[in-house]
Amino acid sequence: MQDILSVSVYNGQAIDLQEIPQLSIAQFRAAIISAVESGCRIASLFAVFSKTDKGQLYVVLAHDDTGKLYILSADVTDSYPSITTDCLQAHLFEREIAEQWAIRPVGHPCLKPVRFHQPYRDAPDIWGREKNEKILPSVMEFFQSDGDEIHEVAVGPVHAGIIEPGHFRFQCYGENVVNLEISLGFQHRGIERSLIGGPNKRTLHYMETLAGDTTVGHSSAYCHILESLAECSISPGVQTIRAIALELERLANHTGDLGALAGDVGFLPTASFCGRIRGDFLNMTALICGNRFGRGLIRPGGVAFDLKNERVWQLLEKLVRAAAKDVTVAVNLLWNNPSVMARFEKTGTVSSELCRKLGFVGVAARACGIECDTRFNFPFGTFQFAHIPVSTWHTGDVFARAYVRWLEIQRSITFIQNQIDMLHESKIEKPEIGALAPEKLAVCLVEGWRGEICHVGITDVEGHISHYKIVDPSFHNWTGLAMALREQQISDFPLCNKSFNLSYCGFDL
Amino acid sequence: MFPKTEPELPERFCGRPTVNPVKCPIDCKLCIDVCPTDALKKENGILTVDLGRCLFCARCAQDCPTEAIKFSREYRLAARLKNDLILSGPEMKLVDALDKKTKALFGRSLKLRQVSAGGCNACEADTNVLSTVVFDLGRFGIQFVASPRHADGLLITGPVTENMQLALKKTYDAVPDPKIVIAVGACAISGGIYVDHTQVNNGADTIIPIDLYIPGCPPHPLTILDGLLRLLGKIN
Repeated sequence: MQDILSVSVYNGQAIDLQEIPQLSIAQFRAAIISAVESGCRIASLFAVFSKTDKGQLYVVLAHDDTGKLYILSADVTDSYPSITTDCLQAHLFEREIAEQWAIRPVGHPCLKPVRFHQPYRDAPDIWGREKNEKILPSVMEFFQSDGDEIHEVAVGPVHAGIIEPGHFRFQCYGENVVNLEISLGFQHRGIERSLIGGPNKRTLHYMETLAGDTTVGHSSAYCHILESLAECSISPGVQTIRAIALELERLANHTGDLGALAGDVGFLPTASFCGRIRGDFLNMTALICGNRFGRGLIRPGGVAFDLKNERVWQLLEKLVRAAAKDVTVAVNLLWNNPSVMARFEKTGTVSSELCRKLGFVGVAARACGIECDTRFNFPFGTFQFAHIPVSTWHTGDVFARAYVRWLEIQRSITFIQNQIDMLHESKIEKPEIGALAPEKLAVCLVEGWRGEICHVGITDVEGHISHYKIVDPSFHNWTGLAMALREQQISDFPLCNKSFNLSYCGFDL
Repeated sequence: MFPKTEPELPERFCGRPTVNPVKCPIDCKLCIDVCPTDALKKENGILTVDLGRCLFCARCAQDCPTEAIKFSREYRLAARLKNDLILSGPEMKLVDALDKKTKALFGRSLKLRQVSAGGCNACEADTNVLSTVVFDLGRFGIQFVASPRHADGLLITGPVTENMQLALKKTYDAVPDPKIVIAVGACAISGGIYVDHTQVNNGADTIIPIDLYIPGCPPHPLTILDGLLRLLGKIN
C-alpha cells in the first residue's frame, strides 16, 4: 500500500495531473480497499471522460490521522469489478458513476439509479432505459421484505412540512421498520455539468445555491479550489472573516436543528426559542454581508465585505446576547427534561463500527465517538492557527447527534469571540485571482455544518474547468439515516430524520 | 396590524434595485455583461431590470460607473403580474388585493401547501421562519398544511426540476378549486440561476398558473410576508 500511496497533498493544495499515480483498474481497486482498511476514508470517487471517450476514475482518499489526501487514478472502460464488494464506502459513488457514465461496476450488490437522468456519454444505459425515454424519478426496484405481516409504507416526494422532496420506502413488521430505502434525485438541477468550461459569471451562484443552507461552506470550498489553481494567496484577515461566516452558518443551523428536534418530540419551549435564536444567528451573517445566508460574501480571492469598527462590536454584542444567554437557556431545557430525554436516548442508534464501514462524516460520525472533523484533521485557513476542539459523544443515537450540536454551538461561539479580537487588521483585497493553471487537480475539504464538504476541480490545457466534483456531506450520510431506522418504530422516523437533517439538493446537485 | 413600525433591515441588505435612466449612458452595457441571469436588458436605450430573474447579487451596481443602477433597502417586492416585476425606474407597482369574492373566501383563513421543486432550501427556510414566534404567520390566518386536500393553494419554491414536474402537477390537481398559487424566489419565477438547464423548467408558471410572484434569492421573510398580506388585502 505504501508504494501506491506515495503521492499526497494537503487540504487545499493543487497537483499536476501528470503527478497523479496512474494505476491499472486492479491496482486502483486494491489500493482503495487496503487504504480504507488502514484508516483512510473515500472523500470522493468519480469518473471523467475526455472528448475522445477515454474514461478515467479518480479517487480522493482522506487519512484523518495524518491530514494527508491521496489521489489515485485509473483508466476505465465500460465495466470494472465493483469496489463495493470489498469496501462498502464506495457503494453510492459507484452507483453515481454507473448512472452518469454508463460504466458497470460488476458485482455491485445494489446497483440502482441515484438521480434519475440519462447517461452523459453515448453508451447504453445500465438499466436498459431507452435514449429518448423520459426517466421518471424513483422508478426502480425497491428492496422488499416478504412475510404475512410485513407491510410497506411509501412517503414522498412531497412531504407534510416545508421540506425538500425525496422518496422513502419503509418495510415494516407491525410498528417496527425492517428496512428503509431512500430514493432521491427530485432536486437534480445538473449543477456539475454546468461548471465545465468555467469559471464564468454564473459559477459562484451555483456554489451558493447547490445547498442553499450551506452557502458559506460550499462557496468557501469553491473559492479555495480556484485560489489554489491560480496560486493566489489569501490574507489572514480574509480567512478570519470566512471562518467567522462558516461558524455563524453552523450556529444558525445547529440551533435550528435543536429547536426542530424539540418540536418533533412535542417540547415547545425549546422549539419556539430556538426558532427565533436561529434567526438571530442568520441576522448576524446579514450584518456582515446583507444576506442571511451569506450570499455574496465569499468571493474567489477574498471576501466582498469588510468587518471592522462599529460592525465588529455590533456582532459581538448580538453574539453574546443571543448566544451566551438565550441559546444556553433554551437548549439546556432539553437535557433537564425527562420526557425529552426518554425520546432522544437509544433512538435511531448507529454503531461506530457501521459508521466507519460506511464512511459517515460530520455530526453523525462524531455522535458515534469518531473524531473526524475537517477543521481539526485537515486544517485550512484560520483553522491552521486557531483550533476548535472536536466535539464527540459515544452513544450514536438521536441524543448524541443533538448533544454534539450543542457542544459545537458552545465552541463556535467561543471561537468567533476569539477571532473577533484578531479582526482589527482585516484588509479586503479586490477579489481578482488571475488565470487558473492548466492541467491541474485541486482538492478542498471544508467542515460545513453537516460535515465534510469535498470539492475537486480539474483544469484543461487552457486553464478552464474540465471537471468539477462536489460531495456534500449528505452524500455520505443519507445511508446513515436508513441504518438508524432499522428496528425503530416508524413513528420515530421524523425524529431520526431531523437528527441527521441532511440536504436533498446538496445530494441531488 | 403589520408592521406597527417600519422593520429595520441590515445596512448592507440589497432590496429593490432602482434604475436612474438619466444617469445611464446610452451605449454602456457593463451591467448587462456581468449579470449572471440576464436580468438586465436595454432596448431603445432604456435599461430595465427583471426582479423575477434578479439574484440581488448587486454585481451590476458594483460595476456601474455612473450609479445608474443602485440597490435600495426596500423589501416590498412582490407582484401579481410578471410584467410588474420589470422595472425601468424607481417606482414599482405593488400587489393588488384579491378580488372581492376570492378575498371573502381566503381573506380570513388561507391554508397553503408548500412544494419545493428544486429549491435550494434557502427559500424554504425563509418561508418556514414565518411560522416562528418572530413573525407568527398564524395570527394573520395563514397556515401551512400537510395535505393538498386541506389547502386553499400552493406556495412553490425552486425552478421545477424535470424530476418534480409530475409531483407538482399532481399536488396542484389535488388542491380543491378555487385555489391560488404563489411562486417564491427567483428560481420559481424564472428558473433563477438554473434558467435554461435541460434538467429544469424555467419556473412554476411553465406548469401551472401563478397568482403572486415574490422575488429574491431568497426573498427576505418580510418580503414574503408583505406579499401574502397585500394579496389578502391586509395591508395597502
